[in-house]
Amino acid sequence: MKYVDEFRDPQLIRRTADEIRRLMEPGRHYRFMEVCGGHTHAIYRFGLEDLLPDSIELVHGPGCPVCVLPMGRVDDGLALAVEHGAIVTAFGDMMRVPGRRGSPLEHIARGADIRMVYSPLDALKLACDNPDRQVVFFAIGFETTAPSTALTLRRARSLGVPNLTVFSNHVTIIPAIRAILDSPDMRIDGFIGPGHVSTVIGCRPYEFVARDYGRPIVVSGFEPLDVLQGIVMILRQLREGRAEVENQYARVVPWEGNLPALQAMAETFELRPYFEWRGLGFISQSALGVSAAYADFDAERRFELPGVRVTDPKAAQCGEVLKGVLKPHRCKLFGRECTPEHPVGALMVSSEGACAAYYNFAHRRARLEEDAAPAPAAAAG
Amino acid sequence: MCLAIPGRIVEFAAEPSFAVVDVTGVRRKVNVDLLRPDGLAVDDWVLIHVGFAMSRISAEQAEEQLRLLTMLGEATLAAEEVEGYQFE
Repeated sequence: MKYVDEFRDPQLIRRTADEIRRLMEPGRHYRFMEVCGGHTHAIYRFGLEDLLPDSIELVHGPGCPVCVLPMGRVDDGLALAVEHGAIVTAFGDMMRVPGRRGSPLEHIARGADIRMVYSPLDALKLACDNPDRQVVFFAIGFETTAPSTALTLRRARSLGVPNLTVFSNHVTIIPAIRAILDSPDMRIDGFIGPGHVSTVIGCRPYEFVARDYGRPIVVSGFEPLDVLQGIVMILRQLREGRAEVENQYARVVPWEGNLPALQAMAETFELRPYFEWRGLGFISQSALGVSAAYADFDAERRFELPGVRVTDPKAAQCGEVLKGVLKPHRCKLFGRECTPEHPVGALMVSSEGACAAYYNFAHRRARLEEDAAPAPAAAAG
Repeated sequence: MCLAIPGRIVEFAAEPSFAVVDVTGVRRKVNVDLLRPDGLAVDDWVLIHVGFAMSRISAEQAEEQLRLLTMLGEATLAAEEVEGYQFE
């Protein structure tokens, strides 16, 4: 509990941890998935697993945009710079993600014009400033970032910018959660719902989790206390035999979401029939392509892309880690060939990736090794 | 990328889509189209994602969020991000 004193209200943290113990049924093992990579990061940074009994296992979900992007898509994005001579713009998270022939950073070293931007609006500005060049925004992210791409598309059209296109890799969280629930090797007792994605989509889209699958889902904030309270709310539902959508993060997340954001997305994007996710495979209607109405701004329509499926390096077990079947440090490459400085798999790249989170908070590794031994069943109380 | 940055609105830009926000002393323009229907005012706090204000929050929540970013070791990155916005 060495971090507890660092928290804003250590006593409240302790009381909440006690409440978690009180709500647990003796002898039961719980598996809760935190869907969002921001939660994964917070959980490891704050050592929240130390506050939880061993019989609560947190499974890291698919909510890290660069982690679920298959390598073939990275290569397609790089081809826009290498083969088509475009200025390719991307968020910093993308710059070290490995493609088959190296990451965007390595391609820059070889002369490709790839630039890091902090906002899609920066890509738009770059297009305005370089009218004789094609500028592509390599868009990634869930519903948290999709509205910003959508508004940028709208703006590009209203300004009549002819040389900006979007290479959309936006994905949607709901089909991924459904895929996890449908997967036979994943038994999840409840979900810590994503915080910022939900500011956009609201809480209603999660209702199927409770209604069709009988699992509680609690949209939670990112503070240590938020995550613990989210777990309390899940446990309380299980205890009372309920399965509902609840909102722990109501101070930021409106139940209905953000209507202007949803409208902008509906106008500028359309659901792809299917999309490949690293680790989860092809999921139908799980990603957003640029809509027909914005066809002129679609990099996939304007440029011919290799579109080659690339399998991950065999030794890397990103898929198993992404599905929560394998703990990051159990991967054969973890901390050896694959480190945040030289990532082999994308989960080691982003601070929201489970592997980077494990690696960066290496002080916990010793304890993780101990955990590898099966925990005794009746540890509550 | 998924953790939002809190900023205080200090003025509205000539163009209605934009406002100037203050993030730990750094001032930059951000797009406010997603919150305009809420009737934003100077001194309101907002959460910013990649150049766009996504939610309106209280001053207390803003302070919490900044503290959280600091504890996650991301406050500097957040300031860098805001400083890095190139659009006007």
